[in-house]
Amino acid sequence: MKADQRLDCIGLYCPMPIVKTAERIKQLKQGQVLEVVADDIGIKGDMPAWCEATGHEFLGLEEAAGEIRVYVKKTHD
Amino acid sequence: MAEKEKMSLVIYSGNLDSALAGFMLATTGASMGMEVSMFFTFWGLNIIKKNEGGIKSKGLVRKMLNFMNRGGSKRLKMSRFNMLGMGTGMMKGLMKDINMPSIDEFITLAKSMGVKLYACTTSCGMMGLDESSFRSEVDDMVGAAFFLGEARKSKVSLFI
Repeated sequence: MKADQRLDCIGLYCPMPIVKTAERIKQLKQGQVLEVVADDIGIKGDMPAWCEATGHEFLGLEEAAGEIRVYVKKTHD
Repeated sequence: MAEKEKMSLVIYSGNLDSALAGFMLATTGASMGMEVSMFFTFWGLNIIKKNEGGIKSKGLVRKMLNFMNRGGSKRLKMSRFNMLGMGTGMMKGLMKDINMPSIDEFITLAKSMGVKLYACTTSCGMMGLDESSFRSEVDDMVGAAFFLGEARKSKVSLFI
């Protein structure tokens, strides 16, 4: 999946990937996609929950070689 | 945008592990757009006491208490397996291993995310503490009714 920005959270555990996502999303324009890469499996549940709470769109996840890539679309400022 | 959801945490325990749990929840809540308040009471006050200097208080019993229970984020112990500090030291090593922020770092992070830190006035009165006992990040000293006023408007209320 294509993304406008990438956030590397490899080696970071909950809540840091989410905390950093909340911070980074501010730098995106509405409609842009953020790719978050993490190896803590907690992100699989954390990111959809974060999206539901904040109103941004959870586009999906890809998993390969121990790395989980989640995609979030910024829907508002 | 809709009004922010509120989250109220009572931080009653003063251990390293419970402090971490409290700050993890607080920072996660803040990252999800919630308005988070943390109310430090009783042993929880240890988490927000200043690290440097001495804790001034009046009376022999209070002086003894604040000496034995000095507190400060750097002096927090594990609730179990402290083992005279060895266990706590090892746990801090494990925390570093997985890039987990220290309590100090969590306090800074929480504040930057708008989390409010409050000290319980009654616990302070009992233990002889005042504003000078705490670190600068503490927002105010409040009572139980203030906390409950926040809690009754909160979607999430937890006791740690």
